[in-house]
Amino acid sequence: MTTDTRSTSRLRDDPLVRRLGWASALLGVPQVVAPAGFARALGVGDAPRHRSATTAVGVRELAAATGLLGRPHPVWLWGRVGGDLMDLTMLARALKNHNGRGLGRTVAATAAVTAVTATDVYAAVTRTRRSTPMELTAATTVTRSPDEAYTLWKDLERLPDFMVHLDEVHVTGPRTSHWQASAPFGRTVEWDAEITQDVPGQLIAWRSVDGADIDNSGEARFVPAPGGQGTEIRVSLRYDLPGGPLGKAAARYFGEEPHQQLDDDLRRFKQIAETGEVVRSEGAPGGKRARGEFPQHPARPLTVDELKEALS
Amino acid sequence: MKANCWTGRNSVEVQDVPDPSILNSRDAIVKITSTAICGSDLHLVDGYVPTMEKGDILGHEFMGEVVEVGPGISDGRLRVGDRVVVPFPIACGACASCRAELYSCCENSNPNAGMFGHPTCGIYGYSHLTGGFAGGQAEYARVVLADTNALKIESDLTDEQVLFLSDILPTGYMGADMCDIKQGDVVAVWGAGPVGQFAMDSARVLGAEKIIAIDKETYRLDMAAAQGYTTIDFEDTDVRSALLELTGGRGPDKCIDAVGMEATHGASHVDLYDRAKQAVRSETDRPHALRQAIMSCRSGGVVSVIGVYGGMIDKFPAGAWMNRSLTLRTGQCHVQRYMRPLLGMIEQGKIDPTRIITHRLPLTEAPTGYDLFKNKKDHCEKVVLTP
Repeated sequence: MTTDTRSTSRLRDDPLVRRLGWASALLGVPQVVAPAGFARALGVGDAPRHRSATTAVGVRELAAATGLLGRPHPVWLWGRVGGDLMDLTMLARALKNHNGRGLGRTVAATAAVTAVTATDVYAAVTRTRRSTPMELTAATTVTRSPDEAYTLWKDLERLPDFMVHLDEVHVTGPRTSHWQASAPFGRTVEWDAEITQDVPGQLIAWRSVDGADIDNSGEARFVPAPGGQGTEIRVSLRYDLPGGPLGKAAARYFGEEPHQQLDDDLRRFKQIAETGEVVRSEGAPGGKRARGEFPQHPARPLTVDELKEALS
Repeated sequence: MKANCWTGRNSVEVQDVPDPSILNSRDAIVKITSTAICGSDLHLVDGYVPTMEKGDILGHEFMGEVVEVGPGISDGRLRVGDRVVVPFPIACGACASCRAELYSCCENSNPNAGMFGHPTCGIYGYSHLTGGFAGGQAEYARVVLADTNALKIESDLTDEQVLFLSDILPTGYMGADMCDIKQGDVVAVWGAGPVGQFAMDSARVLGAEKIIAIDKETYRLDMAAAQGYTTIDFEDTDVRSALLELTGGRGPDKCIDAVGMEATHGASHVDLYDRAKQAVRSETDRPHALRQAIMSCRSGGVVSVIGVYGGMIDKFPAGAWMNRSLTLRTGQCHVQRYMRPLLGMIEQGKIDPTRIITHRLPLTEAPTGYDLFKNKKDHCEKVVLTP
């Protein structure tokens, strides 16, 4: 489990995050422009040290506002939590040494900051995504040229022919596509993907665009194998599995040996590249679903109904 | 259709099953005219090969007439009505292994490959480790990647003359071929079953001067002796001493293990040791023949292994193997490499594959055939079944 530091796009449209950003801005401006007046309003006095502390707090608030509204990231939320604790410490000291003038305002300010602290802690905790990145790599060699292997892979709509968890891929534009995969408990997950790198005969890389249920990316490299033996295909996939029970279920779905699954996918890619299709046996008639079929169908011809199901 | 199915350890049964259909575009359906029981079928029936499912159709030695071809078979490669022998290893012909003529190591034909570290080919009727393909002890069979696998027989040779091109004749031949036989070589063959007999015939064709058969079944040794081969009965003779005596103390130049994982040993304490280890699964295979071949072979010689091994063995004499510069060569037969040359040799009368056939039964009597062959009843050497 690691703390994820991405999620920029999600936070940009998050109403709570935006409200906190504007709150920082609204507090920061008067603190910087009129520190003495602001300090007086809080009932903490306007001695030079009070003024400069208020200015510093204002600068901090403006920085937080810029971050939260401009480049939203959980670190700004945690920054606000840190600032809140600083403010509470200062207010506590002010209350302790209070001369009695404007005590009511200071108490009210302390209560307000306490409430804001609670909100900030809530926002920071909930907006920090815990995720489990899962990175898989596998390689195979096919007796085809890098161009042939690349061309076969570039036909993204054929990926589900050999990648067991993919149900469908639709190309929606020159660089964009829509992917549908099966997920635990009979659910399907869908996402849009874009090709991020495309070097004919050498490399294809893709990633899910903002808003995917499970952020994922992948790349396939095509390298001539030594001695003119064909092409080495090196594939890596990365999934950001969400934390918590859903992520655990997803990880389990990928199996105890997710690498095995990618190895099998590539073995089927090789079958298609070299023989034209995925080989079916009577024991494993489902082609790419073969590994999920244990115990297998007996090695005898299928009945008409079994055949229909296997070829569906 | 009727098919001979595995129904449990030591149990086979002829059952009614659905007719085969095309599953892949390069499939063909063959109406079987002759099929055989192989020694390696006994490993399945004896329960030494995991991943058998009740109802699996057995059999990987079969031939017949093409009755249907898939849409992916380009015109002329194979036609309805062609008479074909089907090699037991399914080979794609396109992967690096197939291009190197290592057909039984085909990287694409076994959907369940993975057990042996790298892919091995699919095999008909030979457990789910080799893909779960329906076997050929049946009335019909689906031939996979048929355009690169089925061998067309265009001459008027009989079924019995060409049927064994599917497995045991090329397997025996590869055993001898891997020995790099030179003029004057003495070749010892462990096991005088069908494959051992063909290894001996092949060694003779390849120029061996003296051929020695090692077995304990008198009728099998007699069969070898009738061809002019020297015989050793390991039940009443110490094999290594006998081999030294027969070779002027040198040991055979080349040794062929045509026995594999279910060997028996003349000395009962050694036999018991390996049977006990096998029973508790501390080893899967009993390698007596292999050990003996390594200990007996002349320094610098070749030990060629065509008997089937499936898993792990104990007490491998690595010291003798390494210190005496022995070469160990092995493999499931790359049948497609040898089929055509051997067909030529059969046509020229250099090899007569029919000499080992002792029993001809209808397919419906397959269980009787297994009983005869497994228990070596009625001098059974090879059973041919006809649907």
